[in-house]
Amino acid sequence: MFSAKNMKLLTSPFGVNNPITVQILGICSALAVTAKLKPAFVMALSVTVVTAFASLIISLIRNGIPSRIRIIVQLVVIAALVILVDQVLKAYVYDVSKQLSVFVGLIITNCIIMGRIEAFALGNKPWPSFLDGIGNGVGYGIILIILGFFRELLGAGTLWGYPVLEKLGLYHVGYVNNGLMILPPMALICVGLIIWIQRSRNKNLIEK
Amino acid sequence: MNKNSNTYIITYAAIMVVIVAAVLSFAALSLKPIQSANVRIEKMSDILRSIGEGGEADKVPNKAAYITEMYQKYIVESFVINPSGDKIEGVDAFTLLTNLKAEYDKPEAERQLPVFVSRNDAGVVSYVIPVYGAGLWGPVWGYVALADNWDTVLGVVFDHKSETPGLGAEISTATFQAQFKGKQILRDGAVVSIALQKGGAADDDPYAVDAVSGGTLTSRGVESMLKECLSNYDAFIRKQLSQSASAAPTAPAEHAATDTTATQVNP
Repeated sequence: MFSAKNMKLLTSPFGVNNPITVQILGICSALAVTAKLKPAFVMALSVTVVTAFASLIISLIRNGIPSRIRIIVQLVVIAALVILVDQVLKAYVYDVSKQLSVFVGLIITNCIIMGRIEAFALGNKPWPSFLDGIGNGVGYGIILIILGFFRELLGAGTLWGYPVLEKLGLYHVGYVNNGLMILPPMALICVGLIIWIQRSRNKNLIEK
Repeated sequence: MNKNSNTYIITYAAIMVVIVAAVLSFAALSLKPIQSANVRIEKMSDILRSIGEGGEADKVPNKAAYITEMYQKYIVESFVINPSGDKIEGVDAFTLLTNLKAEYDKPEAERQLPVFVSRNDAGVVSYVIPVYGAGLWGPVWGYVALADNWDTVLGVVFDHKSETPGLGAEISTATFQAQFKGKQILRDGAVVSIALQKGGAADDDPYAVDAVSGGTLTSRGVESMLKECLSNYDAFIRKQLSQSASAAPTAPAEHAATDTTATQVNP
Protein backbone atom coordinates (compact mmCIF):
# COMPACT_ATOMS: atom_id res chain seq x y z
CA MET A 1 0.00 0.00 0.00
CA PHE A 2 2.62 2.51 1.07
CA SER A 3 5.65 1.14 -0.71
CA ALA A 4 8.58 3.42 -1.38
CA LYS A 5 7.35 3.92 -4.94
CA ASN A 6 3.86 4.89 -3.81
CA MET A 7 5.20 7.24 -1.18
CA LYS A 8 7.27 8.93 -3.82
CA LEU A 9 4.12 9.46 -5.90
CA LEU A 10 2.47 11.04 -2.90
CA THR A 11 5.29 13.26 -1.70
CA SER A 12 7.24 14.30 -4.78
CA PRO A 13 4.57 16.88 -5.81
CA PHE A 14 5.08 18.57 -2.43
CA GLY A 15 8.55 19.71 -3.47
CA VAL A 16 10.66 18.58 -6.42
CA ASN A 17 7.64 17.97 -8.67
CA ASN A 18 5.33 20.68 -7.35
CA PRO A 19 2.51 21.42 -9.80
CA ILE A 20 2.69 25.20 -9.31
CA THR A 21 6.35 26.00 -8.79
CA VAL A 22 7.91 23.29 -10.97
CA GLN A 23 5.28 22.31 -13.51
CA ILE A 24 3.80 25.86 -13.54
CA LEU A 25 0.22 24.56 -13.70
CA GLY A 26 -2.87 25.97 -12.02
CA ILE A 27 -1.41 29.46 -11.74
CA CYS A 28 -4.66 31.25 -12.54
CA SER A 29 -6.58 30.07 -9.50
CA ALA A 30 -3.45 30.32 -7.33
CA LEU A 31 -3.38 34.04 -8.03
CA ALA A 32 -7.10 34.61 -7.77
CA VAL A 33 -8.11 32.98 -4.50
CA THR A 34 -5.11 33.61 -2.25
CA ALA A 35 -5.83 37.13 -1.04
CA LYS A 36 -7.13 35.55 2.18
CA LEU A 37 -6.06 32.40 3.95
CA LYS A 38 -9.50 30.86 4.39
CA PRO A 39 -10.60 30.76 0.73
CA ALA A 40 -7.09 29.57 -0.19
CA PHE A 41 -7.43 26.69 2.25
CA VAL A 42 -10.91 25.75 1.06
CA MET A 43 -9.77 25.93 -2.56
CA ALA A 44 -6.76 23.72 -1.77
CA LEU A 45 -9.01 21.21 -0.07
CA SER A 46 -11.52 21.24 -2.95
CA VAL A 47 -8.84 20.76 -5.59
CA THR A 48 -7.26 17.92 -3.59
CA VAL A 49 -10.60 16.13 -3.32
CA VAL A 50 -11.30 16.60 -7.02
CA THR A 51 -7.84 15.50 -8.26
CA ALA A 52 -7.79 12.50 -5.93
CA PHE A 53 -11.21 11.19 -6.83
CA ALA A 54 -11.03 12.11 -10.52
CA SER A 55 -7.77 10.17 -10.77
CA LEU A 56 -9.26 7.26 -8.83
CA ILE A 57 -12.43 7.05 -10.91
CA ILE A 58 -10.67 7.46 -14.25
CA SER A 59 -8.13 4.85 -13.25
CA LEU A 60 -10.90 2.42 -12.26
CA ILE A 61 -12.64 2.75 -15.62
CA ARG A 62 -9.48 3.30 -17.69
CA ASN A 63 -9.76 -0.02 -19.53
CA GLY A 64 -13.30 0.65 -20.66
CA ILE A 65 -12.94 4.25 -21.86
CA PRO A 66 -13.20 4.52 -25.65
CA SER A 67 -10.05 6.38 -26.58
CA ARG A 68 -11.87 8.57 -29.12
CA ILE A 69 -14.01 10.20 -26.43
CA ARG A 70 -11.39 9.94 -23.68
CA ILE A 71 -11.14 13.69 -23.00
CA ILE A 72 -14.93 14.01 -22.85
CA VAL A 73 -15.19 11.18 -20.35
CA GLN A 74 -12.48 12.81 -18.23
CA LEU A 75 -14.23 16.15 -18.33
CA VAL A 76 -17.59 14.64 -17.37
CA VAL A 77 -16.02 12.93 -14.36
CA ILE A 78 -14.16 16.09 -13.30
CA ALA A 79 -17.17 18.33 -13.87
CA ALA A 80 -19.44 16.02 -11.87
CA LEU A 81 -17.00 16.03 -8.96
CA VAL A 82 -16.63 19.80 -9.10
CA ILE A 83 -20.39 20.27 -9.05
CA LEU A 84 -20.60 17.98 -6.03
CA VAL A 85 -17.89 19.99 -4.26
CA ASP A 86 -19.66 23.23 -5.17
CA GLN A 87 -22.98 21.97 -3.78
CA VAL A 88 -21.34 20.83 -0.55
CA LEU A 89 -19.56 24.18 -0.14
CA LYS A 90 -22.83 26.05 -0.73
CA ALA A 91 -24.49 23.96 1.94
CA TYR A 92 -21.81 23.98 4.63
CA VAL A 93 -19.50 26.97 4.09
CA TYR A 94 -21.75 29.41 2.27
CA ASP A 95 -19.61 32.51 2.92
CA VAL A 96 -16.48 30.92 1.52
CA SER A 97 -18.34 29.54 -1.46
CA LYS A 98 -19.47 33.10 -2.24
CA GLN A 99 -15.90 34.37 -2.00
CA LEU A 100 -14.62 31.63 -4.25
CA SER A 101 -17.56 32.27 -6.62
CA VAL A 102 -16.60 31.29 -10.15
CA PHE A 103 -13.30 29.72 -9.15
CA VAL A 104 -14.95 26.58 -7.80
CA GLY A 105 -16.49 26.03 -11.22
CA LEU A 106 -13.14 26.78 -12.79
CA ILE A 107 -11.55 23.86 -10.94
CA ILE A 108 -12.82 21.93 -13.98
CA THR A 109 -10.34 23.76 -16.16
CA ASN A 110 -7.48 23.50 -13.66
CA CYS A 111 -4.63 22.09 -15.73
CA ILE A 112 -3.35 20.02 -12.83
CA ILE A 113 -6.35 17.71 -12.82
CA MET A 114 -6.49 17.04 -16.58
CA GLY A 115 -2.71 16.82 -16.58
CA ARG A 116 -2.54 14.15 -13.89
CA ILE A 117 -5.34 12.13 -15.45
CA GLU A 118 -3.78 12.16 -18.91
CA ALA A 119 -0.24 11.63 -17.69
CA PHE A 120 -0.84 9.21 -14.86
CA ALA A 121 -4.31 7.86 -14.07
CA LEU A 122 -5.03 6.58 -17.59
CA GLY A 123 -2.02 4.27 -17.41
CA ASN A 124 -1.84 3.24 -13.76
CA LYS A 125 -3.74 1.24 -11.17
CA PRO A 126 -6.37 2.98 -8.98
CA TRP A 127 -4.40 3.15 -5.72
CA PRO A 128 -1.24 4.77 -7.12
CA SER A 129 -3.46 7.13 -9.14
CA PHE A 130 -5.36 8.10 -6.03
CA LEU A 131 -2.11 8.83 -4.17
CA ASP A 132 -0.79 10.77 -7.14
CA GLY A 133 -4.00 12.82 -7.14
CA ILE A 134 -3.77 13.57 -3.42
CA GLY A 135 -0.08 14.39 -3.76
CA ASN A 136 -0.65 16.89 -6.53
CA GLY A 137 -3.66 18.42 -4.81
CA VAL A 138 -1.69 18.88 -1.60
CA GLY A 139 1.35 20.17 -3.52
CA TYR A 140 -0.93 22.79 -5.08
CA GLY A 141 -2.49 23.46 -1.69
CA ILE A 142 0.84 24.06 0.06
CA ILE A 143 1.69 26.87 -2.33
CA LEU A 144 -1.83 28.33 -2.01
CA ILE A 145 -1.59 28.35 1.76
CA ILE A 146 1.90 29.91 1.75
CA LEU A 147 0.61 32.60 -0.62
CA GLY A 148 -2.59 33.10 1.37
CA PHE A 149 -0.63 33.38 4.62
CA PHE A 150 1.71 36.13 3.44
CA ARG A 151 -0.85 37.98 1.35
CA GLU A 152 -3.41 38.15 4.12
CA LEU A 153 -0.82 38.97 6.80
CA LEU A 154 0.93 41.73 4.87
CA GLY A 155 -2.06 42.93 2.85
CA ALA A 156 -4.84 43.01 5.43
CA GLY A 157 -2.94 42.50 8.71
CA THR A 158 -5.11 39.51 9.60
CA LEU A 159 -4.80 35.74 9.60
CA TRP A 160 -7.95 33.67 9.04
CA GLY A 161 -9.84 36.89 9.77
CA TYR A 162 -8.06 37.38 13.14
CA PRO A 163 -6.40 40.83 13.42
CA VAL A 164 -2.88 39.64 14.27
CA LEU A 165 -0.98 42.84 13.56
CA GLU A 166 -3.52 44.96 15.40
CA LYS A 167 -3.14 42.77 18.50
CA LEU A 168 0.65 43.06 18.21
CA GLY A 169 0.20 46.83 18.25
CA LEU A 170 2.17 47.37 15.04
CA TYR A 171 -0.19 50.09 13.79
CA HIS A 172 0.72 52.29 16.74
CA VAL A 173 4.32 52.44 15.61
CA GLY A 174 3.38 53.55 12.12
CA TYR A 175 3.03 50.23 10.27
CA VAL A 176 0.71 50.39 7.26
CA ASN A 177 -0.84 47.47 5.38
CA ASN A 178 0.55 46.90 1.91
CA GLY A 179 -2.48 47.15 -0.38
CA LEU A 180 -0.50 45.73 -3.29
CA MET A 181 -0.41 42.34 -1.56
CA ILE A 182 -4.17 42.00 -2.04
CA LEU A 183 -3.94 42.37 -5.81
CA PRO A 184 -3.25 39.43 -8.17
CA PRO A 185 0.03 40.85 -9.62
CA MET A 186 1.66 40.63 -6.19
CA ALA A 187 0.58 36.98 -5.98
CA LEU A 188 2.47 36.31 -9.20
CA ILE A 189 5.53 38.03 -7.78
CA CYS A 190 5.20 35.90 -4.62
CA VAL A 191 4.96 32.72 -6.73
CA GLY A 192 8.13 33.91 -8.47
CA LEU A 193 9.85 34.38 -5.12
CA ILE A 194 8.85 30.88 -4.00
CA ILE A 195 10.22 29.43 -7.27
CA TRP A 196 13.43 31.39 -6.76
CA ILE A 197 13.88 30.13 -3.19
CA GLN A 198 13.07 26.57 -4.22
CA ARG A 199 15.52 26.58 -7.11
CA SER A 200 18.33 28.15 -5.15
CA ARG A 201 17.99 25.37 -2.58
CA ASN A 202 17.64 22.57 -5.11
CA LYS A 203 20.03 23.10 -8.01
CA ASN A 204 18.66 20.06 -9.90
CA LEU A 205 15.55 22.06 -10.77
CA ILE A 206 17.50 24.65 -12.73
CA GLU A 207 17.32 24.11 -16.48
CA LYS A 208 20.66 23.77 -18.20
CA MET B 1 -15.27 -6.01 -28.03
CA ASN B 2 -14.26 -3.16 -30.28
CA LYS B 3 -13.96 -0.15 -28.03
CA ASN B 4 -13.85 2.25 -30.92
CA SER B 5 -17.04 1.16 -32.62
CA ASN B 6 -19.77 3.78 -32.74
CA THR B 7 -22.24 1.55 -30.90
CA TYR B 8 -19.85 1.11 -27.99
CA ILE B 9 -19.04 4.80 -27.79
CA ILE B 10 -22.67 5.89 -27.86
CA THR B 11 -23.75 3.28 -25.31
CA TYR B 12 -20.81 4.17 -23.09
CA ALA B 13 -21.55 7.89 -23.24
CA ALA B 14 -25.27 7.35 -22.61
CA ILE B 15 -24.73 5.16 -19.55
CA MET B 16 -22.09 7.52 -18.16
CA VAL B 17 -24.35 10.54 -18.52
CA VAL B 18 -27.29 8.78 -16.87
CA ILE B 19 -25.15 7.73 -13.89
CA VAL B 20 -23.64 11.19 -13.49
CA ALA B 21 -27.05 12.84 -13.77
CA ALA B 22 -28.49 10.54 -11.12
CA VAL B 23 -25.62 11.21 -8.71
CA LEU B 24 -25.80 14.98 -9.20
CA SER B 25 -29.58 15.18 -8.87
CA PHE B 26 -29.43 13.16 -5.68
CA ALA B 27 -26.76 15.45 -4.24
CA ALA B 28 -28.58 18.61 -5.30
CA LEU B 29 -31.89 17.46 -3.83
CA SER B 30 -30.48 16.26 -0.53
CA LEU B 31 -28.45 19.44 0.04
CA LYS B 32 -31.23 21.80 -1.08
CA PRO B 33 -32.79 22.43 2.37
CA ILE B 34 -29.44 23.43 3.93
CA GLN B 35 -28.63 25.67 0.98
CA SER B 36 -32.00 27.43 1.10
CA ALA B 37 -31.53 28.02 4.82
CA ASN B 38 -28.18 29.68 4.04
CA VAL B 39 -29.79 31.89 1.41
CA ARG B 40 -32.50 32.86 3.87
CA ILE B 41 -29.96 33.83 6.52
CA GLU B 42 -28.04 35.82 3.95
CA LYS B 43 -31.14 37.80 2.97
CA MET B 44 -31.89 38.58 6.61
CA SER B 45 -28.28 39.58 7.11
CA ASP B 46 -28.40 41.88 4.06
CA ILE B 47 -31.58 43.57 5.29
CA LEU B 48 -29.97 44.11 8.69
CA ARG B 49 -26.78 45.46 7.11
CA SER B 50 -28.75 48.03 5.10
CA ILE B 51 -30.04 49.52 8.35
CA GLY B 52 -26.61 49.18 9.95
CA GLU B 53 -27.41 46.34 12.34
CA GLY B 54 -26.12 42.80 12.74
CA GLY B 55 -22.48 43.80 12.38
CA GLU B 56 -21.26 41.22 14.90
CA ALA B 57 -22.26 38.34 12.62
CA ASP B 58 -18.68 37.35 11.81
CA LYS B 59 -17.61 37.30 15.43
CA VAL B 60 -20.32 35.14 16.95
CA PRO B 61 -19.99 31.34 16.90
CA ASN B 62 -23.51 30.67 15.62
CA LYS B 63 -24.12 33.13 12.84
CA ALA B 64 -27.51 31.78 11.80
CA ALA B 65 -28.97 32.05 15.29
CA TYR B 66 -27.51 35.52 15.78
CA ILE B 67 -28.90 36.84 12.49
CA THR B 68 -32.32 35.35 13.15
CA GLU B 69 -32.40 36.90 16.60
CA MET B 70 -31.30 40.34 15.36
CA TYR B 71 -33.79 40.15 12.51
CA GLN B 72 -36.66 39.44 14.88
CA LYS B 73 -35.46 42.24 17.14
CA TYR B 74 -35.12 45.01 14.57
CA ILE B 75 -37.52 44.13 11.77
CA VAL B 76 -40.81 44.80 13.44
CA GLU B 77 -43.13 44.49 10.49
CA SER B 78 -43.21 43.65 6.83
CA PHE B 79 -45.94 44.10 4.28
CA VAL B 80 -46.57 43.90 0.57
CA ILE B 81 -47.90 46.68 -1.64
CA ASN B 82 -48.87 47.00 -5.29
CA PRO B 83 -47.56 49.74 -7.59
CA SER B 84 -50.72 51.83 -7.16
CA GLY B 85 -49.78 52.18 -3.52
CA ASP B 86 -52.23 49.89 -1.73
CA LYS B 87 -51.30 47.20 0.72
CA ILE B 88 -51.95 43.63 -0.35
CA GLU B 89 -53.10 41.30 2.39
CA GLY B 90 -52.13 37.68 2.76
CA VAL B 91 -48.77 37.76 1.01
CA ASP B 92 -45.59 37.20 2.97
CA ALA B 93 -42.96 39.83 2.17
CA PHE B 94 -40.00 37.61 2.98
CA THR B 95 -41.22 34.80 0.73
CA LEU B 96 -41.41 37.29 -2.14
CA LEU B 97 -37.69 37.98 -1.73
CA THR B 98 -36.80 34.48 -2.82
CA ASN B 99 -38.26 35.20 -6.22
CA LEU B 100 -38.04 38.91 -6.78
CA LYS B 101 -37.15 38.31 -10.42
CA ALA B 102 -40.59 36.80 -11.07
CA GLU B 103 -42.23 39.94 -9.66
CA TYR B 104 -40.24 42.27 -11.85
CA ASP B 105 -40.93 40.08 -14.90
CA LYS B 106 -44.65 40.70 -14.43
CA PRO B 107 -46.41 43.69 -16.03
CA GLU B 108 -46.06 46.66 -13.71
CA ALA B 109 -49.63 46.73 -12.42
CA GLU B 110 -49.52 43.11 -11.21
CA ARG B 111 -46.32 43.33 -9.21
CA GLN B 112 -46.24 42.61 -5.52
CA LEU B 113 -43.63 44.71 -3.75
CA PRO B 114 -42.29 43.95 -0.30
CA VAL B 115 -41.49 46.58 2.34
CA PHE B 116 -39.72 45.87 5.63
CA VAL B 117 -40.23 48.12 8.62
CA SER B 118 -37.47 48.41 11.15
CA ARG B 119 -37.30 50.08 14.52
CA ASN B 120 -33.90 50.69 16.06
CA ASP B 121 -32.98 50.81 19.74
CA ALA B 122 -33.94 54.49 19.96
CA GLY B 123 -37.39 53.72 18.52
CA VAL B 124 -36.71 55.43 15.18
CA VAL B 125 -38.55 53.80 12.29
CA SER B 126 -36.92 53.11 8.94
CA TYR B 127 -38.01 51.21 5.85
CA VAL B 128 -36.11 48.69 3.76
CA ILE B 129 -36.98 48.25 0.10
CA PRO B 130 -35.50 45.33 -1.85
CA VAL B 131 -34.32 46.07 -5.38
CA TYR B 132 -33.54 43.71 -8.23
CA GLY B 133 -32.10 44.25 -11.70
CA ALA B 134 -29.59 43.18 -14.29
CA GLY B 135 -25.87 43.91 -14.15
CA LEU B 136 -23.43 43.19 -16.94
CA TRP B 137 -23.08 39.40 -16.64
CA GLY B 138 -25.95 38.44 -14.42
CA PRO B 139 -28.49 39.67 -11.91
CA VAL B 140 -27.69 42.36 -9.34
CA TRP B 141 -29.84 42.98 -6.31
CA GLY B 142 -29.82 44.80 -3.04
CA TYR B 143 -31.67 46.57 -0.27
CA VAL B 144 -32.24 50.29 0.19
CA ALA B 145 -32.95 51.52 3.71
CA LEU B 146 -34.92 54.77 3.89
CA ALA B 147 -35.48 57.03 6.87
CA ASP B 148 -39.04 57.57 8.06
CA ASN B 149 -39.37 60.55 5.70
CA TRP B 150 -39.13 57.97 2.84
CA ASP B 151 -36.47 60.22 1.33
CA THR B 152 -33.08 60.02 3.02
CA VAL B 153 -31.10 56.86 2.35
CA LEU B 154 -29.81 55.35 5.57
CA GLY B 155 -27.78 52.70 3.85
CA VAL B 156 -27.72 50.33 0.92
CA VAL B 157 -26.49 46.81 0.37
CA PHE B 158 -25.82 45.49 -3.11
CA ASP B 159 -24.85 42.06 -4.23
CA HIS B 160 -24.36 40.42 -7.59
CA LYS B 161 -24.15 37.00 -9.13
CA SER B 162 -21.23 37.27 -11.53
CA GLU B 163 -19.91 40.80 -12.05
CA THR B 164 -16.19 41.11 -12.84
CA PRO B 165 -14.08 40.99 -9.66
CA GLY B 166 -12.24 44.29 -9.13
CA LEU B 167 -14.49 46.16 -11.58
CA GLY B 168 -18.27 45.69 -11.54
CA ALA B 169 -18.05 43.54 -8.42
CA GLU B 170 -16.99 46.67 -6.49
CA ILE B 171 -20.70 47.42 -6.05
CA SER B 172 -20.76 44.89 -3.24
CA THR B 173 -17.97 46.59 -1.28
CA ALA B 174 -18.63 48.69 1.80
CA THR B 175 -16.69 51.63 0.30
CA PHE B 176 -19.00 51.87 -2.69
CA GLN B 177 -22.15 51.40 -0.66
CA ALA B 178 -21.12 54.02 1.91
CA GLN B 179 -21.52 56.69 -0.77
CA PHE B 180 -25.28 56.24 -0.72
CA LYS B 181 -25.67 57.14 2.91
CA GLY B 182 -27.48 60.47 3.25
CA LYS B 183 -28.50 60.67 -0.41
CA GLN B 184 -32.11 61.39 -1.29
CA ILE B 185 -34.54 59.65 -3.59
CA LEU B 186 -37.41 62.17 -3.65
CA ARG B 187 -37.61 65.48 -5.46
CA ASP B 188 -40.82 67.47 -4.82
CA GLY B 189 -42.39 64.35 -3.35
CA ALA B 190 -41.76 62.16 -6.39
CA VAL B 191 -39.22 59.38 -6.69
CA VAL B 192 -36.23 60.42 -8.79
CA SER B 193 -33.89 57.69 -7.53
CA ILE B 194 -30.11 57.99 -7.37
CA ALA B 195 -27.86 58.17 -10.40
CA LEU B 196 -24.42 56.60 -10.70
CA GLN B 197 -22.40 59.38 -12.28
CA LYS B 198 -19.56 58.35 -14.56
CA GLY B 199 -16.51 60.49 -13.81
CA GLY B 200 -17.74 61.25 -10.32
CA ALA B 201 -20.75 63.02 -8.85
CA ALA B 202 -20.63 66.55 -7.47
CA ASP B 203 -20.18 66.46 -3.70
CA ASP B 204 -23.34 68.41 -2.99
CA ASP B 205 -25.58 66.47 -5.39
CA PRO B 206 -28.04 64.54 -3.23
CA TYR B 207 -29.25 62.46 -6.18
CA ALA B 208 -25.99 61.05 -7.50
CA VAL B 209 -22.99 59.00 -6.42
CA ASP B 210 -19.76 58.06 -8.20
CA ALA B 211 -20.05 55.19 -10.64
CA VAL B 212 -17.56 52.32 -10.44
CA SER B 213 -14.47 53.07 -12.52
CA GLY B 214 -14.08 50.37 -15.14
CA GLY B 215 -17.53 49.07 -14.32
CA THR B 216 -19.66 51.34 -16.47
CA LEU B 217 -22.12 48.69 -17.59
CA THR B 218 -22.59 47.34 -14.08
CA SER B 219 -23.08 50.92 -12.83
CA ARG B 220 -25.73 51.51 -15.47
CA GLY B 221 -27.39 48.28 -14.36
CA VAL B 222 -27.43 49.40 -10.73
CA GLU B 223 -28.73 52.83 -11.71
CA SER B 224 -31.61 51.47 -13.75
CA MET B 225 -32.34 48.88 -11.06
CA LEU B 226 -32.71 51.65 -8.46
CA LYS B 227 -34.78 53.79 -10.80
CA GLU B 228 -37.06 50.97 -11.89
CA CYS B 229 -37.59 49.42 -8.48
CA LEU B 230 -37.95 52.60 -6.45
CA SER B 231 -40.41 54.17 -8.89
CA ASN B 232 -42.70 51.20 -8.30
CA TYR B 233 -43.03 52.48 -4.76
CA ASP B 234 -43.74 56.05 -5.91
CA ALA B 235 -47.52 55.93 -5.42
CA PHE B 236 -47.15 54.27 -2.04
CA ILE B 237 -44.62 56.82 -0.82
CA ARG B 238 -46.87 59.70 -1.93
CA LYS B 239 -49.75 58.23 0.05
CA GLN B 240 -47.56 57.77 3.11
CA LEU B 241 -46.27 61.34 2.88
CA SER B 242 -49.71 62.88 2.46
CA GLN B 243 -50.97 60.84 5.40
CA SER B 244 -48.16 61.94 7.68
CA ALA B 245 -48.57 65.54 6.47
CA SER B 246 -52.26 65.58 7.37
CA ALA B 247 -51.58 63.82 10.66
CA ALA B 248 -49.05 66.45 11.67
CA PRO B 249 -50.07 69.78 10.11
CA THR B 250 -47.15 71.63 11.63
CA ALA B 251 -44.64 69.49 9.81
CA PRO B 252 -43.61 70.77 6.38
CA ALA B 253 -45.94 69.21 3.85
CA GLU B 254 -43.15 68.57 1.48
CA HIS B 255 -39.69 67.42 2.33
CA ALA B 256 -37.55 70.12 0.88
CA ALA B 257 -35.28 68.47 -1.64
CA THR B 258 -32.78 71.27 -1.36
CA ASP B 259 -31.95 70.59 2.28
CA THR B 260 -28.38 69.65 2.81
CA THR B 261 -28.00 65.97 3.39
CA ALA B 262 -26.24 66.42 6.69
CA THR B 263 -29.22 67.92 8.48
CA GLN B 264 -31.53 65.17 7.32
CA VAL B 265 -29.63 62.18 8.58
CA ASN B 266 -31.09 60.88 11.78
CA PRO B 267 -28.43 60.17 14.35
